[in-house]
Amino acid sequence: MNNQDKPNSRRNFLKNVAIVAGGSIALSSCRSQAMKEFLQKNFRTLTKKEKNEIVKNLELKYSAKYGKEFHVSDETAADGIEFGYALDLSRCIGCRRCVYACVEENNQSRDPQIHWIQVLQMEKDKGIDFAHSDVHYNPELVPEEGHFYLPVQCQQCRNPQCTTVCPVKATWQEPDGIVVVDYNWCIGCRYCMAACPYGARHFNWAEPNVPAEEINPETHYLGNRPRIKGVVEKCTFCIQRVRKGKYPSCVEVCPVGARKFGNLLDPNSEIRYILENKRVLVLKQELNTQPRFYYFFGV
Amino acid sequence: MKDYIRTKFKIEFSPYLLIWVIAVGCSNTGDLYVTDQTPVKFEVNSTILQSGEIAVTPPPFSDGIFPCNDCHSSQKPNPERRKLIEFHDDVSDMFNHDSQNRWCLDCHDVNNRDSLRLASGKLLDFKESYKLCGQCHGDKLRDWKVGVHGRRTGEWNGIKQYYLCVSCHNPHSPKFQPLKPEAPPVTLDEITN
Repeated sequence: MNNQDKPNSRRNFLKNVAIVAGGSIALSSCRSQAMKEFLQKNFRTLTKKEKNEIVKNLELKYSAKYGKEFHVSDETAADGIEFGYALDLSRCIGCRRCVYACVEENNQSRDPQIHWIQVLQMEKDKGIDFAHSDVHYNPELVPEEGHFYLPVQCQQCRNPQCTTVCPVKATWQEPDGIVVVDYNWCIGCRYCMAACPYGARHFNWAEPNVPAEEINPETHYLGNRPRIKGVVEKCTFCIQRVRKGKYPSCVEVCPVGARKFGNLLDPNSEIRYILENKRVLVLKQELNTQPRFYYFFGV
Repeated sequence: MKDYIRTKFKIEFSPYLLIWVIAVGCSNTGDLYVTDQTPVKFEVNSTILQSGEIAVTPPPFSDGIFPCNDCHSSQKPNPERRKLIEFHDDVSDMFNHDSQNRWCLDCHDVNNRDSLRLASGKLLDFKESYKLCGQCHGDKLRDWKVGVHGRRTGEWNGIKQYYLCVSCHNPHSPKFQPLKPEAPPVTLDEITN
């Protein structure tokens, strides 16, 4: 038996390597855009020029995929702004309008299903008790007797644990307080999900699926642009809206007006009025995450 | 699950790692959809009050009911406190707003039905109905003005549109009506089966 007939000869191995290398070069040349995206740097290390090019390419890619004009913003945080949120526990009736307004605004995957907002039904005589709360309640009408409702989403902590555990720095806190994810840099290790005490981060276990007729083409790079399989996503206070001065979607849709939003640094904002005049609490205060998401009692 | 892990392990450590990486890198572009529909946004029509005081949503009149004077101008006002049986009997039937002590003409003006009327006798446009509500519910009016009670749309840092009290509370029966909740999130059983 000579060398060439051996099934695992050095020659056969080198032949295979050559085929693989040749194939990969052929692939990368026909899909240079995908290759470029794959090798793209962390968003925070990009220059303005690089960002502009990336954003332009993403707009072309999404427009082709969904058949409508897309805008991908990379608008940065403005000076003198720190976003805060307050939710009136005495008003919320648990109707889940916020959940689906968020899904539509922020292009969350429909199947597999991702919801950035979880509305927890709690028993009045137990108080805020996560162990005995129910997210799957489904009566004919809400609110139900003897219950109250506590919606939970990203608390935009001042001292976020999710960002400190990220091994690749793919998630961070912006100067206006919004905790964001660079979906291109995320490696999908899900450490941040384990670190978040509020269950506010969600993983794309499969390719996210949003029907083209329902996709929202007004997007932000760090927010609601279409995601890919294997990355983590979360509430960004609708970064694509609030950086343009608009209220988050959940605030506007709430039929009982339980959701309030504004600039914590502006003494005349409604959020400051609430902090100064109402009874306010944060979730899991003992963990020292220092949320910018407050719960209050309007009455 | 075990099979999944085994397969993933095999794929990742095969000599074709490079091809796998490129294939994953390239697979972000999915099917091509063609549509031109924009998603529904939550915008409301707003009316700026003449005084420029507070921008509010239009009062939610029933279809064809306003102006009231279309009918009432030809009728002789009857200021006697009573239950209505011929017209507006639906309102009279549902009325549940301190109904022991109040009736229509405590808020509607007896001579000009296109106006509301404060306890002081001052006439009020329907767009300013919040002032009428605030006669009793002063704490709610105060919270509403600063945006803490009720709904607003617009800009968190700029112009806002206020929903009138009566956009959410029927003035004749103001208790907020229960709603049908949207669908609950999928359960583990629904995913695995």
